Amino acid sequence: MARIIAGISSSHVPAIGAAIDNGRTQEPYWQRVFSGFEKSKEWMAKAKPDVVIGIYNDHASAFSVEIIPTFALGCAAEFPPADEGWGPRPVPVVKGHPELASHIAQSVILDEFDLTIVNKMEVDHGLTVPLNLVFGSPKEWPCPVIPLAVNVVMYPPPTGHRCFMLGKAIRKAVESFPQDLRVVVFGTGGMSHQISGPRAGLINSKFDKAFLDNLTKDPKKLIRMPHLEYMREAGAEGVEMVMWLVMRGALDDKVDEVYRFYTVPASNTAVGHIILENRQRGAAKRAAAGKPKRATRRVAPAKARRAAARARTAVRRGR
Amino acid sequence: MPREQHDYDDIPGTFVFDAERSREGYHLNMFCMSLMKDENRKAFKANEAAYLDKFPLTPEQREAILKRQYNRMLELGGNIYFTAKLGATDGHSFQHMAAVMTGSTQEDYAKMMLAGGRSVEGNRSKSGADKRAKSKPKSKSKIRSKSGSKRG
Repeated sequence: MARIIAGISSSHVPAIGAAIDNGRTQEPYWQRVFSGFEKSKEWMAKAKPDVVIGIYNDHASAFSVEIIPTFALGCAAEFPPADEGWGPRPVPVVKGHPELASHIAQSVILDEFDLTIVNKMEVDHGLTVPLNLVFGSPKEWPCPVIPLAVNVVMYPPPTGHRCFMLGKAIRKAVESFPQDLRVVVFGTGGMSHQISGPRAGLINSKFDKAFLDNLTKDPKKLIRMPHLEYMREAGAEGVEMVMWLVMRGALDDKVDEVYRFYTVPASNTAVGHIILENRQRGAAKRAAAGKPKRATRRVAPAKARRAAARARTAVRRGR
Repeated sequence: MPREQHDYDDIPGTFVFDAERSREGYHLNMFCMSLMKDENRKAFKANEAAYLDKFPLTPEQREAILKRQYNRMLELGGNIYFTAKLGATDGHSFQHMAAVMTGSTQEDYAKMMLAGGRSVEGNRSKSGADKRAKSKPKSKSKIRSKSGSKRG
C-alpha cells in the first residue's frame, strides 16, 4: 500500500529560481534565503520519497485566460519546464507517475472532486522552485512528481476548506494504491505578499507565523478562513496559501513539525517553509520492522460479527 | 453596467482579478500572453499601435498599454502575471514593476522590502470595516475568531 509520510510547504518565488539559474545563490541576500533550506535537503536525502505530489499554481505559463481549471492533475509521463519569457528554466524535465496519478484521478472524482485531467502540460517556477529548494540542482529530479495545479490567479480560488478536503481525498486515493510507495506532498506558494497595485510590497509576518503555528497544531482554525482575510492580511497574492491546506489535509490530524524556516524578503515576498511528518502508525511501524500485516483479516470478521448481531436483533424484533 | 461591489473592494490599493475583471480583461491578457513569443515581442516593439490592432481592446485598455499605466491595466481587467509579460518585454524586472505600481523608485521599494516590507497596519481597509479585527490581539486565536465572525 502506498502511504503519505510527510508534507512540505514552501514559497515558490520566481526570483529564487532566477538566483539559482544565474549562479547568485552565494550573494548575501540570497544566502540568507538558501541557508534556510540546507536542513531540508538533509531531511529529503534521508526521507527518500518514491513520489512527490506537488500542489502549486501556474502563472500564465501552461494556462492563459483561455482555460482556468480550479484543480488540474498532471497525469502525463513528463512535464517539461515552461518558457516564462526568458526561455525555459535550466532544470530537469519533471517525470510524472502516470499510474498513481490516474489512480488518484479515478478515486478523488468519485469522491466528488471534479478534477481536470491534464495529459500534456509544461510546468513553471511554481513547481520547479520548491523542487530546487529541497532537492538542490541535480541532473535529474530524484523521484517522480505528480503536479496538481490549483487556480489561485483568478478570484475566487477554491476555499481553504475545499483544499483541505481535497487533501483528505488524495490521501484516501494514495492509501488505496496497491504498490508500496512512500509519498511526500508539497504545498507551495505564499507566504504574505502582494505584487500588484499600489499596495504591492505588503508583508505580514505576524499573520504568517500564526499560520505556520496553526498549520501544525490546529489546521481546523485555518480551513474556514475567508479569502477576504488572506487578501486583507497577507496581500492579494497571499491567498495562494490555501494550497498549503491541500498538503495539510493529506496528513494525519496530529503531526510532528520537524523543521521550519521563515525570512523576509525574497524579492517581493515573505518566504516560509515547513516540514510536517506523519507519526508512524501501527501498520507502518510493523511494515518498517518487517513484520507481517494482520489488520485486514481481523477487521472483516469483526464487521461480520457486528452485522450478524444486528441481524439477530432484527429477527427478535419480528422484522 | 456598473461593476458589482464586493467585500474585497474595501482593501486599499488592490484590484482583485475576479471573474468580472477576467471577462473584461480577456483580450488585454491575451495580448500580454502573445508576448511570450519572441517574434511577437519584436513585432510589438517595432510598431506598438499596429500590433495592438490585432486585439479587440477597449480604447481605455489600449491607452493604458501604450502609456504603460500598470495600475490602470489592472483596473481594466489585466492580471499581474500577464501584465508582467509586458514589463519583461520592456526589459523590466518584477520588482521594477512593483515599484512603478506603488509610485516609488525601484531603489526605495527594494529598501522597503529589505526593511520588512509594507506594513499591514493602516493598509487593511478603506472604510475601517476591519476595525473590530484590528483591536483584537494578534494571536493565534485571532484567526479563528475573525473567520468565524466574517464567514458567509
